[in-house]
Amino acid sequence: MSSAVRFETVGLRYDAYGPEVLRDVDFTLPAGSFHFLTGASGAGKSSLLKLIYLGAAPSRGQVTVFGQETTRISPADRTSLRRRMGVVFHDFQLIDHLTAFDNAALPLRVAGQKPKAYSEDVQELLNWVGLGARIESYPPALSAGEKQRLAIARAVVGRPWLILADEPTGAVDDDMAVRILRLFVELNRLGATVLIATHDHELVGRSGMPSLHLDRGRLTQVPA
Amino acid sequence: MRSYRPGPLLPTREGRDVALFAVVAILCFLATFGAMAAAAAQRAADGWSRAMAAEATVQVNPRPDESGDQAAARAAEILAAVPGVIEAEALERAEAERLLRPWLGEAILPDLPLPHLVVVRLDPDQPAQAAALSRALAEAGLDARVDDHSVWRSDVGHAAQTATFAAIGLAGLAALAAGCAVIFACGAALQARHEMVQVLSLTGATHAYIANLFQARFAWLAAVAGAAGALGAIGLLAAVILGGGDQGLTPALPFDWSDIVMAAPTPVLAAGLAALAARLTVRRLLHVAYRTETRG
Repeated sequence: MSSAVRFETVGLRYDAYGPEVLRDVDFTLPAGSFHFLTGASGAGKSSLLKLIYLGAAPSRGQVTVFGQETTRISPADRTSLRRRMGVVFHDFQLIDHLTAFDNAALPLRVAGQKPKAYSEDVQELLNWVGLGARIESYPPALSAGEKQRLAIARAVVGRPWLILADEPTGAVDDDMAVRILRLFVELNRLGATVLIATHDHELVGRSGMPSLHLDRGRLTQVPA
Repeated sequence: MRSYRPGPLLPTREGRDVALFAVVAILCFLATFGAMAAAAAQRAADGWSRAMAAEATVQVNPRPDESGDQAAARAAEILAAVPGVIEAEALERAEAERLLRPWLGEAILPDLPLPHLVVVRLDPDQPAQAAALSRALAEAGLDARVDDHSVWRSDVGHAAQTATFAAIGLAGLAALAAGCAVIFACGAALQARHEMVQVLSLTGATHAYIANLFQARFAWLAAVAGAAGALGAIGLLAAVILGGGDQGLTPALPFDWSDIVMAAPTPVLAAGLAALAARLTVRRLLHVAYRTETRG
């Protein structure tokens, strides 16, 4: 099975003289796999996701995503790689002056699709995550849970090959958490590789999916 | 299902845009009026040159056996017959005194020895050359010096050229300043929208796509500001022409209604300059971010 993501002796420090937030991280996520990424706050979960979505470059080692080394990638290839990913950020990163509809449709819009082509799909997805009545609302008017669901809708709307989610159920109730997890499982069943960073051990246990565990920047648990 | 019309990716109104609009409008006003002033300076120089080229002045030194007025009258008669001369007229002492009175006053004029001059009006299409005039006078036995105003014409030409270059230079500087203001504003806008740009990039927007957003926004702002500046310049031009009578506010800068044409390209040039400045700034900043994110 080909790998979707591969880390080889990866180290990351944000500052040349600062501490290493990730150290000697080695793992491979096969294409089409589903994993959780667990660890305490500050363990480096968000930083690890950042390296995958090309938000930062490793200080040492190599990160390969869908066969492309992320430190030797042209802007065009980086864009094409990012179009194959859906990312749910811990802080949602929604655009405040765009409606929920426009925020959710953003990946399709920047890829050049016409509103006519994606309008129905986006509305359906927003209905599915429970935001059908808030389609024309702006993020500042949404609750934390609604923002999170909107961020998830935006991440999955383009049917990405790789879904990276940073605490995607942190601000929603249990029922919605299960519903969101079911969505990720369904997308995984359709072929997407999924990596969810969480410290919700109950969610991990309930899903029965394998997990990687980070402890102070080191990977201490890697599924076989 | 309803159909939704997507909103603009960049917010349509931002507080800082008002200041940028004002700066670009003022600079466009200065650049446009500078161009109008350059055209007027050029027009003035052409007018003066043409007027001076259409005339020559001859100073006659009378022989011992004739008076100055007689010598001047004879010279005028001879010069009037030279091809390329429309009219030659001896300047009488009374007329010469009238011309000098504002400079020298009344007291000394009667005792002052004045040169005996002949004013020669030349055919503007085929003017007689100074050499031909001198030859005709010499052949008639007249001792005279012909001044075809070429030195003055050259000085006026240089002065007008300097004024034109100065006006063009000021217009260019104003355009450059407008470009710098857009570059600065664009950089600031990009910094202020850093998170949004990051989201666009992470959701798959290319550098060109992001640059297009900023380019379109600043081009539109500059086009409207440019139009406002151009209208301001047209307003000032109208005030100068209407308020200054027949010769405009000053004969030194004869503005004309046709100078309005100078304002036409201002919005387009402002938009083009702003688009270019915005595009280059955004691409450069995105490239810096790309290099940071990829160790490139």
